[in-house]
Amino acid sequence: MPKHRLERCGLTVTGACVALVTVLVVTLIVMVASHGLATFANDGIAVGDFLLGTTWNPHQADANGNPTVGALPMICGSFAVTILSTVIALPIAIGSAIFVVEVAPGFGRRVFQPLIELLVGIPSVVYGLIGLSVVVAWTRSWSGSTGYGILSASIVLAVMVLPTVTSLSIDALASVPHEYREGSYALGCTRWQTIWNVVLRSATPSLMTATILGMTRAFGESLAVQMVIGNSAQIPGSLLTPASTLTSVLTMGMGNEAMGTVYNDVLWSLALLLMAMSLVFILIIHLIGGRGAVRHG
Amino acid sequence: MSDDRVTPVLETRGCTVSYDLTHEALHPVDLSFEQGGTTALIGPSGCGKSTFLRCLNLMNREIPRCRVGGDILYHGENVNSTDVDTFELRKSIGMVFQQPTPFRKSIRENVLFAPKRHGVTDKAVLDELLETSLRRAAIWDEVKDKLSRSALALSGGQQQRLCIARTLAMRPDVVLLDEPCSALDPISTFSVEETIRDMAADGICVVIVTHNMEQAARVSDRTAFFYMGQMVECGPTERLFASPADSRLEDYLTGRFG
Ligand SMILES: Nc1ncnc2c1ncn2[C@@H]1O[C@H](COP(=O)(O)OP(=O)(O)OP(=O)(O)O)[C@@H](O)[C@H]1O
Ligand SMILES: [Mg+2]
Repeated sequence: MPKHRLERCGLTVTGACVALVTVLVVTLIVMVASHGLATFANDGIAVGDFLLGTTWNPHQADANGNPTVGALPMICGSFAVTILSTVIALPIAIGSAIFVVEVAPGFGRRVFQPLIELLVGIPSVVYGLIGLSVVVAWTRSWSGSTGYGILSASIVLAVMVLPTVTSLSIDALASVPHEYREGSYALGCTRWQTIWNVVLRSATPSLMTATILGMTRAFGESLAVQMVIGNSAQIPGSLLTPASTLTSVLTMGMGNEAMGTVYNDVLWSLALLLMAMSLVFILIIHLIGGRGAVRHG
Repeated sequence: MSDDRVTPVLETRGCTVSYDLTHEALHPVDLSFEQGGTTALIGPSGCGKSTFLRCLNLMNREIPRCRVGGDILYHGENVNSTDVDTFELRKSIGMVFQQPTPFRKSIRENVLFAPKRHGVTDKAVLDELLETSLRRAAIWDEVKDKLSRSALALSGGQQQRLCIARTLAMRPDVVLLDEPCSALDPISTFSVEETIRDMAADGICVVIVTHNMEQAARVSDRTAFFYMGQMVECGPTERLFASPADSRLEDYLTGRFG
Protein backbone atom coordinates (compact mmCIF):
# COMPACT_ATOMS: atom_id res chain seq x y z
CA MET A 1 0.00 0.00 0.00
CA PRO A 2 1.45 3.42 -0.84
CA LYS A 3 2.47 5.55 2.07
CA HIS A 4 -0.09 8.30 1.77
CA ARG A 5 -2.95 5.81 1.59
CA LEU A 6 -1.66 4.05 4.66
CA GLU A 7 -1.57 7.41 6.34
CA ARG A 8 -5.15 8.17 5.43
CA CYS A 9 -6.25 4.68 6.45
CA GLY A 10 -4.77 5.20 9.92
CA LEU A 11 -6.46 8.54 10.24
CA THR A 12 -9.81 7.06 9.25
CA VAL A 13 -9.61 4.15 11.67
CA THR A 14 -8.53 6.19 14.69
CA GLY A 15 -10.97 8.95 13.79
CA ALA A 16 -13.79 6.42 13.57
CA CYS A 17 -12.93 5.13 17.04
CA VAL A 18 -13.10 8.62 18.48
CA ALA A 19 -16.40 9.26 16.70
CA LEU A 20 -17.85 6.00 18.01
CA VAL A 21 -16.92 6.76 21.61
CA THR A 22 -18.25 10.30 21.32
CA VAL A 23 -21.54 9.06 19.88
CA LEU A 24 -21.80 6.45 22.64
CA VAL A 25 -21.28 8.98 25.43
CA VAL A 26 -23.67 11.50 23.92
CA THR A 27 -26.35 8.85 23.32
CA LEU A 28 -25.99 7.64 26.87
CA ILE A 29 -26.40 11.09 28.34
CA VAL A 30 -29.30 11.98 26.04
CA MET A 31 -31.07 8.72 26.78
CA VAL A 32 -30.78 8.94 30.54
CA ALA A 33 -31.69 12.61 30.46
CA SER A 34 -34.74 12.19 28.21
CA HIS A 35 -36.13 9.32 30.25
CA GLY A 36 -35.22 10.94 33.52
CA LEU A 37 -36.77 14.27 32.59
CA ALA A 38 -39.95 12.61 31.32
CA THR A 39 -40.96 12.21 34.96
CA PHE A 40 -41.26 15.94 35.29
CA ALA A 41 -42.33 16.78 31.74
CA ASN A 42 -44.94 14.08 31.07
CA ASP A 43 -45.94 12.60 34.40
CA GLY A 44 -46.53 15.92 36.09
CA ILE A 45 -44.28 15.34 39.06
CA ALA A 46 -42.71 18.50 40.42
CA VAL A 47 -38.89 18.55 40.62
CA GLY A 48 -39.13 19.84 44.18
CA ASP A 49 -41.41 16.97 45.25
CA PHE A 50 -38.95 14.52 43.75
CA LEU A 51 -35.81 15.97 45.28
CA LEU A 52 -37.23 16.93 48.65
CA GLY A 53 -40.12 14.51 49.16
CA THR A 54 -39.54 12.17 52.06
CA THR A 55 -41.93 9.38 51.09
CA TRP A 56 -41.01 6.87 48.46
CA ASN A 57 -44.00 4.82 47.41
CA PRO A 58 -44.39 4.78 43.63
CA HIS A 59 -47.41 2.47 43.69
CA GLN A 60 -49.52 4.77 45.79
CA ALA A 61 -51.07 8.02 44.61
CA ASP A 62 -51.01 11.13 46.73
CA ALA A 63 -53.85 13.64 47.09
CA ASN A 64 -53.34 14.99 43.57
CA GLY A 65 -53.34 11.56 42.03
CA ASN A 66 -49.57 11.58 41.45
CA PRO A 67 -47.46 8.67 42.67
CA THR A 68 -45.47 9.56 45.80
CA VAL A 69 -41.87 9.52 44.68
CA GLY A 70 -39.85 11.56 47.16
CA ALA A 71 -36.21 10.63 46.61
CA LEU A 72 -34.78 12.42 49.62
CA PRO A 73 -34.39 9.22 51.70
CA MET A 74 -32.23 7.69 49.01
CA ILE A 75 -30.28 10.88 48.43
CA CYS A 76 -29.54 11.03 52.15
CA GLY A 77 -28.65 7.35 52.18
CA SER A 78 -26.25 7.72 49.28
CA PHE A 79 -24.46 10.68 50.79
CA ALA A 80 -24.38 9.08 54.24
CA VAL A 81 -22.70 5.89 53.06
CA THR A 82 -20.33 7.81 50.79
CA ILE A 83 -19.15 10.17 53.49
CA LEU A 84 -19.02 7.62 56.28
CA SER A 85 -17.12 5.08 54.20
CA THR A 86 -14.62 7.77 53.19
CA VAL A 87 -14.17 8.81 56.80
CA ILE A 88 -13.39 5.20 57.66
CA ALA A 89 -11.19 4.43 54.67
CA LEU A 90 -9.15 7.62 54.28
CA PRO A 91 -7.09 7.56 57.51
CA ILE A 92 -6.28 3.89 56.97
CA ALA A 93 -5.32 4.52 53.35
CA ILE A 94 -3.07 7.47 54.15
CA GLY A 95 -1.60 5.72 57.16
CA SER A 96 -0.60 2.68 55.19
CA ALA A 97 0.66 4.85 52.33
CA ILE A 98 2.94 6.67 54.78
CA PHE A 99 4.24 3.37 56.09
CA VAL A 100 4.83 1.97 52.63
CA VAL A 101 6.49 5.06 51.14
CA GLU A 102 8.36 6.51 54.09
CA VAL A 103 9.09 3.66 56.44
CA ALA A 104 9.41 0.40 54.55
CA PRO A 105 9.65 0.96 50.78
CA GLY A 106 11.04 -2.52 50.13
CA PHE A 107 8.18 -4.27 51.88
CA GLY A 108 5.75 -1.93 50.17
CA ARG A 109 6.94 -2.66 46.68
CA ARG A 110 7.33 -6.40 47.10
CA VAL A 111 4.42 -7.37 49.35
CA PHE A 112 1.93 -4.64 50.04
CA GLN A 113 1.30 -3.21 46.60
CA PRO A 114 0.67 -6.57 44.89
CA LEU A 115 -1.72 -7.39 47.73
CA ILE A 116 -3.59 -4.13 47.20
CA GLU A 117 -3.83 -4.72 43.47
CA LEU A 118 -5.34 -8.11 44.20
CA LEU A 119 -8.03 -6.45 46.29
CA VAL A 120 -8.89 -3.97 43.54
CA GLY A 121 -9.85 -6.82 41.25
CA ILE A 122 -12.31 -8.58 43.56
CA PRO A 123 -15.89 -8.26 42.21
CA SER A 124 -18.28 -6.28 44.34
CA VAL A 125 -20.68 -9.18 44.87
CA VAL A 126 -17.94 -10.93 46.84
CA TYR A 127 -17.59 -7.90 49.08
CA GLY A 128 -21.37 -7.97 49.46
CA LEU A 129 -21.36 -11.62 50.48
CA ILE A 130 -18.63 -11.09 53.02
CA GLY A 131 -20.45 -8.01 54.25
CA LEU A 132 -23.62 -9.99 54.66
CA SER A 133 -22.08 -12.85 56.58
CA VAL A 134 -19.50 -10.94 58.61
CA VAL A 135 -20.29 -7.25 58.91
CA VAL A 136 -24.06 -7.52 59.24
CA ALA A 137 -23.75 -10.37 61.71
CA TRP A 138 -21.19 -8.45 63.72
CA THR A 139 -23.30 -5.30 63.82
CA ARG A 140 -26.34 -7.33 64.83
CA SER A 141 -24.41 -9.02 67.62
CA TRP A 142 -23.64 -5.85 69.54
CA SER A 143 -26.37 -3.46 68.54
CA GLY A 144 -29.50 -5.53 68.92
CA SER A 145 -30.76 -4.24 65.55
CA THR A 146 -31.14 -6.29 62.40
CA GLY A 147 -27.59 -5.41 61.45
CA TYR A 148 -28.69 -3.98 58.12
CA GLY A 149 -28.17 -0.26 57.65
CA ILE A 150 -25.93 2.66 56.86
CA LEU A 151 -23.19 1.48 59.21
CA SER A 152 -22.84 -1.97 57.66
CA ALA A 153 -23.00 -0.53 54.16
CA SER A 154 -20.35 2.05 55.00
CA ILE A 155 -18.00 -0.55 56.42
CA VAL A 156 -18.38 -2.74 53.35
CA LEU A 157 -17.87 0.25 51.06
CA ALA A 158 -14.87 1.40 53.06
CA VAL A 159 -13.22 -1.98 52.51
CA MET A 160 -14.14 -1.81 48.83
CA VAL A 161 -12.68 1.64 48.18
CA LEU A 162 -9.70 1.14 50.48
CA PRO A 163 -7.47 -0.53 47.86
CA THR A 164 -8.09 2.18 45.26
CA VAL A 165 -7.59 5.05 47.68
CA THR A 166 -4.52 3.40 49.22
CA SER A 167 -2.78 2.74 45.96
CA LEU A 168 -3.51 6.26 44.71
CA SER A 169 -2.23 7.66 48.02
CA ILE A 170 0.95 5.63 47.69
CA ASP A 171 1.48 7.10 44.22
CA ALA A 172 0.78 10.57 45.59
CA LEU A 173 3.35 10.31 48.38
CA ALA A 174 5.93 8.57 46.21
CA SER A 175 5.79 11.38 43.67
CA VAL A 176 6.85 14.01 46.21
CA PRO A 177 10.45 14.77 45.15
CA HIS A 178 13.11 13.40 47.46
CA GLU A 179 14.73 16.85 47.60
CA TYR A 180 11.79 18.18 49.60
CA ARG A 181 12.40 15.64 52.32
CA GLU A 182 16.11 16.46 52.38
CA GLY A 183 15.29 20.14 52.51
CA SER A 184 13.30 19.48 55.65
CA TYR A 185 15.92 17.21 57.22
CA ALA A 186 18.51 19.93 56.55
CA LEU A 187 16.44 22.22 58.75
CA GLY A 188 16.74 19.83 61.65
CA CYS A 189 13.26 18.36 61.29
CA THR A 190 12.56 14.80 62.32
CA ARG A 191 11.05 12.22 60.03
CA TRP A 192 7.56 12.69 61.40
CA GLN A 193 7.79 16.46 61.20
CA THR A 194 8.94 16.03 57.61
CA ILE A 195 6.15 13.64 56.71
CA TRP A 196 3.48 15.77 58.33
CA ASN A 197 4.62 19.21 57.22
CA VAL A 198 6.28 18.56 53.91
CA VAL A 199 5.32 15.26 52.34
CA LEU A 200 1.61 15.26 53.13
CA ARG A 201 1.41 18.96 52.45
CA SER A 202 3.01 18.64 49.02
CA ALA A 203 0.85 15.66 48.14
CA THR A 204 -2.43 17.26 49.23
CA PRO A 205 -3.90 17.81 45.74
CA SER A 206 -3.17 14.23 44.69
CA LEU A 207 -4.50 12.91 47.98
CA MET A 208 -7.70 14.87 47.43
CA THR A 209 -8.05 13.41 43.97
CA ALA A 210 -7.59 9.94 45.46
CA THR A 211 -10.28 10.66 48.03
CA ILE A 212 -12.77 11.91 45.51
CA LEU A 213 -12.16 8.98 43.20
CA GLY A 214 -12.87 6.72 46.17
CA MET A 215 -16.02 8.69 46.94
CA THR A 216 -17.17 8.38 43.33
CA ARG A 217 -16.78 4.65 43.55
CA ALA A 218 -18.63 4.46 46.88
CA PHE A 219 -21.41 6.68 45.57
CA GLY A 220 -21.95 4.55 42.49
CA GLU A 221 -21.61 1.10 44.01
CA SER A 222 -24.92 -0.74 44.03
CA LEU A 223 -24.73 -4.49 44.44
CA ALA A 224 -22.71 -4.78 47.61
CA VAL A 225 -24.63 -1.92 49.20
CA GLN A 226 -27.97 -3.37 48.31
CA MET A 227 -27.00 -6.63 50.00
CA VAL A 228 -26.28 -5.06 53.40
CA ILE A 229 -28.22 -1.81 53.71
CA GLY A 230 -31.65 -3.29 54.37
CA ASN A 231 -33.45 -1.50 51.52
CA SER A 232 -36.00 0.52 53.33
CA ALA A 233 -36.81 3.77 51.60
CA GLN A 234 -36.95 5.95 54.68
CA ILE A 235 -34.88 8.83 55.87
CA PRO A 236 -32.34 6.95 57.96
CA GLY A 237 -33.06 7.65 61.62
CA SER A 238 -29.82 6.11 62.82
CA LEU A 239 -26.83 4.32 61.40
CA LEU A 240 -28.36 1.03 62.45
CA THR A 241 -31.81 1.24 60.88
CA PRO A 242 -32.35 -0.18 57.40
CA ALA A 243 -32.05 2.44 54.68
CA SER A 244 -31.48 2.61 50.96
CA THR A 245 -29.41 4.49 48.40
CA LEU A 246 -30.10 5.75 44.91
CA THR A 247 -28.25 2.79 43.46
CA SER A 248 -29.85 0.12 45.61
CA VAL A 249 -33.38 1.34 44.76
CA LEU A 250 -32.44 1.34 41.11
CA THR A 251 -31.13 -2.22 41.05
CA MET A 252 -34.07 -3.43 43.10
CA GLY A 253 -36.71 -1.73 40.96
CA MET A 254 -35.43 -1.75 37.41
CA GLY A 255 -36.33 -5.28 36.40
CA ASN A 256 -39.85 -5.15 37.73
CA GLU A 257 -41.42 -2.34 35.79
CA ALA A 258 -42.42 -1.98 32.16
CA MET A 259 -40.93 0.85 30.10
CA GLY A 260 -43.07 3.97 30.05
CA THR A 261 -44.80 3.60 33.38
CA VAL A 262 -44.40 6.42 35.84
CA TYR A 263 -42.42 4.20 38.21
CA ASN A 264 -40.02 3.38 35.42
CA ASP A 265 -39.59 7.04 34.52
CA VAL A 266 -38.85 7.88 38.14
CA LEU A 267 -36.13 5.24 38.24
CA TRP A 268 -34.57 6.93 35.23
CA SER A 269 -34.69 10.18 37.14
CA LEU A 270 -32.73 8.53 39.92
CA ALA A 271 -30.19 7.40 37.33
CA LEU A 272 -29.98 10.96 36.02
CA LEU A 273 -29.34 12.20 39.54
CA LEU A 274 -26.56 9.65 39.97
CA MET A 275 -25.00 10.66 36.70
CA ALA A 276 -25.13 14.33 37.60
CA MET A 277 -23.42 13.61 40.92
CA SER A 278 -20.60 11.62 39.31
CA LEU A 279 -20.16 14.51 36.92
CA VAL A 280 -19.78 16.85 39.88
CA PHE A 281 -17.19 14.54 41.45
CA ILE A 282 -15.22 14.39 38.21
CA LEU A 283 -15.40 18.16 37.80
CA ILE A 284 -13.95 18.57 41.27
CA ILE A 285 -11.09 16.24 40.38
CA HIS A 286 -10.36 18.29 37.27
CA LEU A 287 -10.46 21.51 39.24
CA ILE A 288 -7.96 20.19 41.78
CA GLY A 289 -5.77 18.76 39.04
CA GLY A 290 -5.82 22.04 37.12
CA ARG A 291 -4.96 24.08 40.17
CA GLY A 292 -2.08 21.74 41.04
CA ALA A 293 -0.71 22.07 37.52
CA VAL A 294 -0.86 25.86 37.65
CA ARG A 295 0.91 25.94 41.01
CA HIS A 296 3.69 23.72 39.80
CA GLY A 297 4.10 25.99 36.84
CA MET B 1 47.61 25.53 56.74
CA SER B 2 45.03 25.94 59.48
CA ASP B 3 45.24 28.73 61.99
CA ASP B 4 46.18 27.41 65.41
CA ARG B 5 44.64 30.23 67.39
CA VAL B 6 41.01 29.30 66.65
CA THR B 7 39.34 26.04 67.54
CA PRO B 8 37.69 24.48 64.51
CA VAL B 9 33.92 24.44 64.46
CA LEU B 10 33.91 21.32 62.39
CA GLU B 11 36.63 18.82 61.80
CA THR B 12 36.81 15.46 60.06
CA ARG B 13 39.37 12.81 60.87
CA GLY B 14 39.63 9.90 58.50
CA CYS B 15 36.10 10.49 57.27
CA THR B 16 35.03 7.86 54.73
CA VAL B 17 31.76 7.07 52.99
CA SER B 18 30.62 3.83 51.38
CA TYR B 19 27.46 3.57 49.36
CA ASP B 20 25.66 0.25 49.11
CA LEU B 21 27.81 -0.85 52.06
CA THR B 22 30.74 -1.75 49.80
CA HIS B 23 31.67 0.94 47.27
CA GLU B 24 33.94 3.42 49.04
CA ALA B 25 33.07 6.71 47.38
CA LEU B 26 35.12 8.80 49.76
CA HIS B 27 38.55 7.83 51.01
CA PRO B 28 39.75 9.13 54.39
CA VAL B 29 39.52 12.92 54.51
CA ASP B 30 41.01 15.14 57.20
CA LEU B 31 39.84 18.72 57.07
CA SER B 32 38.90 21.35 59.59
CA PHE B 33 36.63 24.33 59.25
CA GLU B 34 36.87 27.47 61.31
CA GLN B 35 34.48 30.10 62.43
CA GLY B 36 34.08 32.88 59.90
CA GLY B 37 36.04 31.01 57.26
CA THR B 38 34.75 30.08 53.83
CA THR B 39 36.02 26.88 52.27
CA ALA B 40 35.38 25.96 48.66
CA LEU B 41 35.30 22.31 47.62
CA ILE B 42 36.23 21.85 43.97
CA GLY B 43 36.95 18.92 41.71
CA PRO B 44 35.63 17.08 38.67
CA SER B 45 32.13 15.64 38.60
CA GLY B 46 31.67 12.50 40.69
CA CYS B 47 34.80 13.05 42.77
CA GLY B 48 32.91 13.04 46.07
CA LYS B 49 32.43 16.72 46.89
CA SER B 50 28.73 16.36 47.66
CA THR B 51 29.38 13.11 49.44
CA PHE B 52 31.87 14.82 51.75
CA LEU B 53 29.65 17.86 52.27
CA ARG B 54 26.75 15.64 53.23
CA CYS B 55 28.88 14.03 55.93
CA LEU B 56 29.27 17.34 57.70
CA ASN B 57 25.60 17.49 58.73
CA LEU B 58 25.22 13.70 58.72
CA MET B 59 22.78 13.93 55.82
CA ASN B 60 24.25 10.71 54.47
CA ARG B 61 22.57 8.98 57.40
CA GLU B 62 19.26 9.41 55.58
CA ILE B 63 20.45 7.34 52.64
CA PRO B 64 19.76 3.64 53.08
CA ARG B 65 22.83 1.40 52.92
CA CYS B 66 25.22 4.32 53.17
CA ARG B 67 27.93 4.11 55.81
CA VAL B 68 30.00 6.98 57.16
CA GLY B 69 33.27 6.08 58.88
CA GLY B 70 35.84 8.06 60.83
CA ASP B 71 35.34 10.94 63.23
CA ILE B 72 33.35 14.08 62.58
CA LEU B 73 33.98 16.59 65.33
CA TYR B 74 31.56 19.41 65.96
CA HIS B 75 33.03 21.84 68.50
CA GLY B 76 35.40 19.07 69.46
CA GLU B 77 32.73 16.43 70.03
CA ASN B 78 32.49 13.41 67.74
CA VAL B 79 29.01 13.41 66.23
CA ASN B 80 29.48 10.42 63.96
CA SER B 81 28.05 7.99 66.46
CA THR B 82 24.60 6.51 66.71
CA ASP B 83 23.76 8.13 70.03
CA VAL B 84 24.03 11.66 68.66
CA ASP B 85 20.70 13.22 67.76
CA THR B 86 21.26 14.15 64.13
CA PHE B 87 18.07 16.20 64.01
CA GLU B 88 19.31 18.31 66.89
CA LEU B 89 22.71 18.68 65.19
CA ARG B 90 21.18 19.89 61.93
CA LYS B 91 19.52 22.79 63.71
CA SER B 92 22.92 24.45 63.90
CA ILE B 93 24.37 23.17 60.62
CA GLY B 94 22.31 24.50 57.73
CA MET B 95 22.41 23.15 54.20
CA VAL B 96 21.42 24.61 50.83
CA PHE B 97 21.04 22.38 47.80
CA GLN B 98 21.68 22.76 44.12
CA GLN B 99 17.98 22.73 43.29
CA PRO B 100 15.90 25.10 45.40
CA THR B 101 13.41 23.17 47.52
CA PRO B 102 10.71 25.60 48.65
CA PHE B 103 7.87 23.86 50.45
CA ARG B 104 4.28 24.10 49.30
CA LYS B 105 3.60 26.87 51.78
CA SER B 106 3.64 30.63 51.91
CA ILE B 107 6.93 32.53 51.79
CA ARG B 108 6.50 33.41 55.45
CA GLU B 109 5.86 29.80 56.47
CA ASN B 110 8.86 28.65 54.47
CA VAL B 111 11.24 30.98 56.28
CA LEU B 112 9.75 30.28 59.69
CA PHE B 113 9.51 26.56 59.06
CA ALA B 114 12.47 25.54 61.19
CA PRO B 115 12.01 28.03 64.09
CA LYS B 116 8.37 27.04 64.43
CA ARG B 117 9.16 23.34 64.41
CA HIS B 118 11.81 23.99 67.01
CA GLY B 119 9.55 25.69 69.44
CA VAL B 120 9.73 29.43 68.76
CA THR B 121 6.21 30.75 69.26
CA ASP B 122 6.59 34.42 70.16
CA LYS B 123 5.13 36.37 67.26
CA ALA B 124 7.44 39.34 67.67
CA VAL B 125 10.49 37.08 67.63
CA LEU B 126 9.22 35.26 64.56
CA ASP B 127 8.48 38.49 62.71
CA GLU B 128 11.92 39.82 63.50
CA LEU B 129 13.48 36.55 62.38
CA LEU B 130 11.48 36.62 59.16
CA GLU B 131 12.67 40.07 58.20
CA THR B 132 16.33 39.70 59.17
CA SER B 133 16.63 36.32 57.45
CA LEU B 134 15.07 37.60 54.24
CA ARG B 135 17.22 40.72 54.38
CA ARG B 136 20.40 38.72 54.86
CA ALA B 137 19.49 36.58 51.86
CA ALA B 138 18.92 39.78 49.84
CA ILE B 139 15.35 38.95 48.94
CA TRP B 140 13.38 41.06 51.42
CA ASP B 141 12.66 43.91 49.01
CA GLU B 142 11.31 41.54 46.39
CA VAL B 143 8.94 39.63 48.65
CA LYS B 144 8.05 41.94 51.52
CA ASP B 145 4.63 42.69 50.00
CA LYS B 146 3.69 39.11 49.27
CA LEU B 147 4.81 37.17 52.32
CA SER B 148 1.62 35.13 52.42
CA ARG B 149 1.82 34.09 48.77
CA SER B 150 2.94 30.63 47.78
CA ALA B 151 6.71 30.20 47.62
CA LEU B 152 6.25 28.07 44.51
CA ALA B 153 5.26 31.18 42.57
CA LEU B 154 8.76 32.68 42.94
CA SER B 155 11.40 32.45 40.24
CA GLY B 156 14.24 29.93 40.54
CA GLY B 157 16.71 32.52 41.75
CA GLN B 158 14.27 33.90 44.29
CA GLN B 159 13.46 30.39 45.48
CA GLN B 160 17.13 29.68 46.07
CA ARG B 161 17.57 32.89 48.06
CA LEU B 162 14.42 31.97 49.99
CA CYS B 163 16.03 28.63 50.84
CA ILE B 164 19.10 30.47 52.09
CA ALA B 165 16.87 32.71 54.19
CA ARG B 166 15.13 29.63 55.52
CA THR B 167 18.48 28.20 56.55
CA LEU B 168 19.62 31.45 58.16
CA ALA B 169 16.39 31.62 60.18
CA MET B 170 17.72 28.71 62.26
CA ARG B 171 20.68 30.92 63.27
CA PRO B 172 23.15 28.17 62.30
CA ASP B 173 26.87 28.43 62.98
CA VAL B 174 27.75 26.35 59.92
CA VAL B 175 26.19 26.65 56.46
CA LEU B 176 26.87 24.04 53.80
CA LEU B 177 26.08 24.94 50.20
CA ASP B 178 26.11 22.37 47.40
CA GLU B 179 26.48 24.19 44.07
CA PRO B 180 23.95 26.80 45.18
CA CYS B 181 24.30 28.92 42.06
CA SER B 182 24.49 26.36 39.28
CA ALA B 183 20.85 26.91 38.33
CA LEU B 184 20.90 30.67 38.75
CA ASP B 185 21.29 33.69 36.48
CA PRO B 186 24.33 35.97 36.95
CA ILE B 187 22.45 38.59 38.97
CA SER B 188 21.04 36.07 41.45
CA THR B 189 24.45 34.45 41.60
CA PHE B 190 26.01 37.78 42.47
CA SER B 191 23.59 38.40 45.32
CA VAL B 192 24.01 34.86 46.67
CA GLU B 193 27.78 35.37 46.70
CA GLU B 194 27.26 38.64 48.52
CA THR B 195 25.18 36.80 51.11
CA ILE B 196 27.86 34.16 51.50
CA ARG B 197 30.50 36.82 52.23
CA ASP B 198 28.13 38.42 54.76
CA MET B 199 27.57 35.09 56.47
CA ALA B 200 31.31 34.58 56.86
CA ALA B 201 31.67 38.13 58.15
CA ASP B 202 29.01 37.33 60.75
CA GLY B 203 31.16 34.47 61.98
CA ILE B 204 29.35 31.61 60.27
CA CYS B 205 31.53 28.79 59.01
CA VAL B 206 30.74 28.37 55.32
CA VAL B 207 31.53 25.37 53.12
CA ILE B 208 30.59 25.66 49.47
CA VAL B 209 30.83 23.14 46.65
CA THR B 210 31.28 24.82 43.30
CA HIS B 211 32.26 24.05 39.74
CA ASN B 212 32.99 27.67 39.08
CA MET B 213 36.63 28.59 39.75
CA GLU B 214 35.91 32.31 39.64
CA GLN B 215 33.22 31.82 42.22
CA ALA B 216 35.60 29.89 44.44
CA ALA B 217 38.09 32.74 44.09
CA ARG B 218 35.44 35.37 44.83
CA VAL B 219 33.91 33.89 47.97
CA SER B 220 36.37 31.54 49.61
CA ASP B 221 39.54 32.06 51.60
CA ARG B 222 40.49 28.42 51.39
CA THR B 223 39.97 25.74 48.77
CA ALA B 224 40.08 21.96 48.92
CA PHE B 225 40.52 19.96 45.73
CA PHE B 226 38.90 16.53 45.51
CA TYR B 227 39.80 13.94 42.95
CA MET B 228 38.32 10.45 42.63
CA GLY B 229 37.10 10.24 46.19
CA GLN B 230 40.25 11.73 47.66
CA MET B 231 41.02 15.11 49.14
CA VAL B 232 44.15 15.89 47.17
CA GLU B 233 45.16 19.38 48.14
CA CYS B 234 43.94 22.08 50.45
CA GLY B 235 45.22 25.59 51.00
CA PRO B 236 44.51 29.30 50.76
CA THR B 237 42.50 29.87 47.60
CA GLU B 238 44.88 32.38 46.02
CA ARG B 239 47.94 30.28 46.62
CA LEU B 240 46.20 27.12 45.40
CA PHE B 241 45.06 28.70 42.15
CA ALA B 242 48.34 30.52 41.55
CA SER B 243 50.73 27.65 42.24
CA PRO B 244 49.07 24.26 42.67
CA ALA B 245 51.37 21.70 44.23
CA ASP B 246 49.63 18.62 42.85
CA SER B 247 49.82 17.94 39.12
CA ARG B 248 46.20 16.72 39.05
CA LEU B 249 45.00 20.03 40.42
CA GLU B 250 47.12 21.84 37.86
CA ASP B 251 45.55 19.76 35.09
CA TYR B 252 42.11 20.46 36.48
CA LEU B 253 42.72 24.20 36.67
CA THR B 254 44.08 24.38 33.16
CA GLY B 255 41.03 22.50 31.94
CA ARG B 256 42.78 19.34 30.85
CA PHE B 257 39.96 17.27 32.38
CA GLY B 258 36.80 17.61 34.46
N1 LIG C 1 23.09 7.82 46.79
C1 LIG C 1 24.16 7.24 46.20
N2 LIG C 1 24.21 5.89 46.07
C2 LIG C 1 25.27 5.30 45.48
N3 LIG C 1 26.33 5.96 45.00
C3 LIG C 1 26.34 7.30 45.10
C4 LIG C 1 25.27 8.01 45.71
N4 LIG C 1 25.54 9.33 45.67
C5 LIG C 1 26.75 9.45 45.07
N5 LIG C 1 27.24 8.24 44.73
C6 LIG C 1 28.54 7.97 44.08
O1 LIG C 1 29.54 8.58 44.83
C7 LIG C 1 30.51 9.20 43.99
C8 LIG C 1 30.68 10.64 44.37
O2 LIG C 1 29.47 11.33 44.13
P1 LIG C 1 29.23 12.84 44.54
O3 LIG C 1 27.79 13.11 44.33
O4 LIG C 1 29.78 13.07 45.88
O5 LIG C 1 30.10 13.60 43.45
P2 LIG C 1 30.26 15.17 43.25
O6 LIG C 1 31.69 15.46 43.41
O7 LIG C 1 29.32 15.91 44.10
O8 LIG C 1 29.89 15.33 41.72
P3 LIG C 1 29.08 16.50 41.01
O9 LIG C 1 30.06 17.59 40.81
O10 LIG C 1 28.66 15.91 39.73
O11 LIG C 1 27.96 16.88 41.90
C9 LIG C 1 30.02 9.01 42.57
O12 LIG C 1 30.76 7.98 41.99
C10 LIG C 1 28.59 8.60 42.70
O13 LIG C 1 28.26 7.68 41.72
MG1 LIG D 1 27.52 17.07 43.76
